[in-house]
Amino acid sequence: MEHAAPPEAGPRSFVARLRDGDQVAHIITLVFAASILLITSMLVYELWVNSHLSRAKFGLMFFWTRVWDPIFDNFGAAPFIYGTLVTSVVALAIAVPLGLAAAVFLAELAPRRLSDGIAFLIDLLAAVPSVIYGLLGIFVVVPLMRTVVGPVLIDTLGHVPVIGVLFKGPNYGVGFLTAGIVLAIMVVPFIISVSREVLLTVPREQREAALGLGATRWEATWKVVVPWARTGIMGSVFLALARALGETMAVTMVIGNDPKISASLFAPGYTIAAVIANEFTEATGDLYLSALIELGLVLFLITFILNGLARLLIMATERGGGHPS
Amino acid sequence: MSQLRLMWRKSLNAVMLTLTGVAAFGVVSILFLILGYLIWNGGRSLNWDFFTQLPKPVGESGGGMANAIVGSLKLLLLAALIGLPVGLIAGVYLAEFGGRTFSFVIRYTTDLLNGVPSIVIGIFAYSLAVLPVKHFSTLAGGFALGMMVVPITVRATEEFLRAVPGSLREGAMALGASKWRTIATVVLPAASGGIITGMLLSLARVAGETAPLLFTAFSNRFWSPGWNQPIASLPVMIYTYAIAPYDDWHRQAWAAGLILLSLVLLANLGCRLVLSGRGATRSN
Repeated sequence: MEHAAPPEAGPRSFVARLRDGDQVAHIITLVFAASILLITSMLVYELWVNSHLSRAKFGLMFFWTRVWDPIFDNFGAAPFIYGTLVTSVVALAIAVPLGLAAAVFLAELAPRRLSDGIAFLIDLLAAVPSVIYGLLGIFVVVPLMRTVVGPVLIDTLGHVPVIGVLFKGPNYGVGFLTAGIVLAIMVVPFIISVSREVLLTVPREQREAALGLGATRWEATWKVVVPWARTGIMGSVFLALARALGETMAVTMVIGNDPKISASLFAPGYTIAAVIANEFTEATGDLYLSALIELGLVLFLITFILNGLARLLIMATERGGGHPS
Repeated sequence: MSQLRLMWRKSLNAVMLTLTGVAAFGVVSILFLILGYLIWNGGRSLNWDFFTQLPKPVGESGGGMANAIVGSLKLLLLAALIGLPVGLIAGVYLAEFGGRTFSFVIRYTTDLLNGVPSIVIGIFAYSLAVLPVKHFSTLAGGFALGMMVVPITVRATEEFLRAVPGSLREGAMALGASKWRTIATVVLPAASGGIITGMLLSLARVAGETAPLLFTAFSNRFWSPGWNQPIASLPVMIYTYAIAPYDDWHRQAWAAGLILLSLVLLANLGCRLVLSGRGATRSN
């Protein structure tokens, strides 16, 4: 965006541009833009420094230890990492098929006005604060899981070999599965709105060619359009995963907050974000606080990497689709 | 045989396409379920006391959340004061001054900062604003929310500045205005509607944040004068009241949830309608 100086002035000196204020404005805005880099590096620095005690004492064993014992100052992250992964996997297992199907409907089938209307409502759904999901989770989803969904799953899937082990054991209503379901509802709007945009960038000719060869509407969508957009869809899934891993309030309110590793999805568990939310203000010892901050560091690194990948994937497809962003 | 195959393909087509429609309407219906539940449960518990009274001690019924409503407003004010100017000016840099590589780095970092879990932002604010002074404060909470406002504002500002036609800039410059005068008097005013809406959206988003406030602003059962004491906020109150074992607190949690959700959704509804009316609907 370099604009040439007025011709009669010739190439202007740095001082002249300084007097115009252009250089000053450039530098000031640059400083503010650079402050974003500063904030991000300070964030990493603070997490690193304040988790020093825990990193020095437990080293890599922190990730394998299954004990979380504030009284004897023995801390391990394994139950929280396990809970975070399990709830996120459950959430994606529900949200990806649901979200992709909805995105296909919005991008391929629905008339433009209907599609825009629904996408608008889905954006609103994404704006609902997470503590509201938690509130509904406690008073609606948990009782529903305890009385209806849980018993039905135990009676049916509980008897299937291999995966049956996931659906056995006492059912309290709170636990991995409940948290996963609430998370699925929370991340599905992101999958839908990003996937819809990516699907809309697929060139029209792709669909026409498939239909012209005699494919049904579904075949054209599933075998041509979706594969064309798959990188961007993967990006949307990564974004959703990063959100699910870092989601705090709703999960804290429905997972049962028990640092155990159990095979059953009905068992109560704990996640990284939930333990930080619950115990941070009660952490009395320095080592205790340091261990919680190290958990924060782990969470930060995982979501940072996932988000980074997701952005690259989405950028790549939007370029490939001829829509430079 | 081929007849059979054709029938199979056609019925698969019909079934799968129907399922996609079911999925779309199913997800949308969740929004109305959430609204319905909150209006039903919250509406019954809402009364005038809710807006004017302090919380009552455990065991006494009644009382309200006047302090939390004021607290949320104070925290948002701080978040706006800290986050909006930084976001705005950085956005101007990206849209008007930035070079290729450096802008890419800033933009990418902004997106990553936007994706940092809010609980981690809480730890960040805790170590910068709570740890040194050894007490929770309104300032620390406002700082945490402000950090979340920055990335959203940056991207909104940049997007709306880019939507301003280049001919406007060229016109101003042809009249002899310097670059910064062009930006300040022509480009920014042209984009101001969009930018302000984007700012409101970012505030609406952090208004519902709970996790970063838990150990920065903490909570308070009384009024919090000044900016240096723990302060109550609606989201944190909803959380503590919902997980408490008292029915009366649950009622209040529903009422607070209704107020919070209506504010957030109305702000979103208004902003998005304004934006889509201007023909710039891309939101990310």
